[in-house]
Amino acid sequence: MTIELKKIDDYRWELPKTGGMRVPGIIYTSASMLETIKQEESLKQVANVATLPGILKASLAMPDIHWGYGFPIGGVAAFDWENGIISPGGVGYDINCGVRLAASSLVEKDVRPKLEELINALYQNIPSGVGSTGFIKLSIAEEKKVLKEGSRWAVRHGFGEDSDVEHTEDKGCMHNADPETVSQRALERGRKQLGTLGSGNHFLEIGVVEKIFDKVSAQAFGLFEGQVTLLLHSGSRGFGYQVCDDFLAFMTKHVKKLGFDLPDRQLACAMIQSEEGLRYYNAMACAANYAWANRQIMLHRSREVFSRVFGLGPTDLSMNLVYDVCHNIAKKEYHIVDGKERAVCVHRKGATRSFPAGHEGLCEKYRKVGQPILIPGDMGTASYVLVGTKKAMEETFGSTCHGAGRVLSRRAAKRASKGRAINRELEDKGILVRWTGRSTLAEEMPEAYKDISQVIDVVHGAGISKKVAKLRPIAVLKG
Amino acid sequence: MKYEVIDHTADFGIHVFGADAKDLFANAAFALFDLITDIDALKGLDEHKVFVTGDDWPDIMVNWLRELLYLWTCKEMLVKTIDIFYLKEFELAASVRFDPYNPDRHEIRNEIKAVTYHQIQVEKGPLGWESKIIFDV
Repeated sequence: MTIELKKIDDYRWELPKTGGMRVPGIIYTSASMLETIKQEESLKQVANVATLPGILKASLAMPDIHWGYGFPIGGVAAFDWENGIISPGGVGYDINCGVRLAASSLVEKDVRPKLEELINALYQNIPSGVGSTGFIKLSIAEEKKVLKEGSRWAVRHGFGEDSDVEHTEDKGCMHNADPETVSQRALERGRKQLGTLGSGNHFLEIGVVEKIFDKVSAQAFGLFEGQVTLLLHSGSRGFGYQVCDDFLAFMTKHVKKLGFDLPDRQLACAMIQSEEGLRYYNAMACAANYAWANRQIMLHRSREVFSRVFGLGPTDLSMNLVYDVCHNIAKKEYHIVDGKERAVCVHRKGATRSFPAGHEGLCEKYRKVGQPILIPGDMGTASYVLVGTKKAMEETFGSTCHGAGRVLSRRAAKRASKGRAINRELEDKGILVRWTGRSTLAEEMPEAYKDISQVIDVVHGAGISKKVAKLRPIAVLKG
Repeated sequence: MKYEVIDHTADFGIHVFGADAKDLFANAAFALFDLITDIDALKGLDEHKVFVTGDDWPDIMVNWLRELLYLWTCKEMLVKTIDIFYLKEFELAASVRFDPYNPDRHEIRNEIKAVTYHQIQVEKGPLGWESKIIFDV
């Protein structure tokens, strides 16, 4: 099937309304990246999402769009809160997969001599890899408290500070979380994994602020050139997977009763205003809270490692959480649609919230400049810090991109890495790596990913977020 | 050949073959655990019964593999042998033999996190049954 796209401007292409589409699709990309996107099924998926009941304005795709289950990854879709659907496929398996960035008082020359010791100690203290289990074993009753409270639970148990909660999207807690909506299986799967990194594309990265693009925002975020940072990418582990899996199975059956004719089984959904829809929303919130607690615990453990390695107390190290964002989530938010403010359910699957200065959803510290946005790249290149904009509120329901996106399959990456020592190649570039899984490093090699700078150029150029800083990795821990 | 691996950008899948439906479902289960661990290193010490249903062939295939994956992700069971003693449209009952996971003895080759409906196929062809299933990894 060929899909014709109409160019709107240098960064946007329209996928016109055809067939069962209720709204058009809008793709944020560049002429050069468009060719790769066209080869995938993801445009068809953008069109499929546009057929779902209650969708508002457009089915949106960010420049890091690639194929996903049902909904594309890099997709944003908002549905009317009263008359729209909610779909587990629009959030993804790893509910509240996200990124957090902490900035220390150290600079590269302080860290270089002890970098190996640092990454080894992090490797020892942050459980990672396939099915990794943590140092925290929860009773089911305690696990339910994690699901209710999110980041706050972690801080209450000594893993972090109040300001960490303040500097987390939604203060690290979706209040609609209801632990009674999740299955015994999900609870079982999540019990032993809190405080663990996981495997696949999840990582912990020590970086250096290489370049500041926007001095005012950088200063508000506490960033300066040469500064050593810690970037964490992880999610809700097996717990979120089980929640998604349970509800996909359930909604596949449920949607038949509703009589929706879906172009793809994985678009299974429920009306938000139904017992089934709200049950998913409340279960998903549990997984979101689990992920925030998870990242909070890992940040705390990392701070302890830094403290030990550099012999610095918390005040001298002052490793402050810049922000924590989620990029797989569905949330009730208020947006202007056709000139009127409406409650909508924004699905961001592989997309990040991008709230502008002045938004009441932001903590006081960032209300003047806008929300920090964290975009991880591959382990050999760079990661970016952006800031939210008004234009994102007007065009993309306050959303922007989330990362680079794969170009090579895991097996193709393994083939491409045959006979090469990826760790040595990275070391030659000044990046130390530690990893757990047998083939993780080959599968996650830099060439397996798209060029992050192209993705950033589009969201910056389109104005749905603005560049603040570029981070260069110096040590990476992979699951 | 019981199965081959399908390459997919973000994930991977299996293309499974079987002389009949029972054979196909047993081979799909074998493929799942063959990707997770070294089955030859398992002894099949304990037994567990599995019963699943579905709305159609693809649905029961996903539910079957989902149930087996649950045995691994939640119960830490590594399955060595599969005996499907009942299969009709669309119910399946089986007995599996497994070893409890021991990190010192069992190598984990791939982390399979979910069984998806993406491009799912279960078909009876002139030469037997075949199925394609994509995993989220």
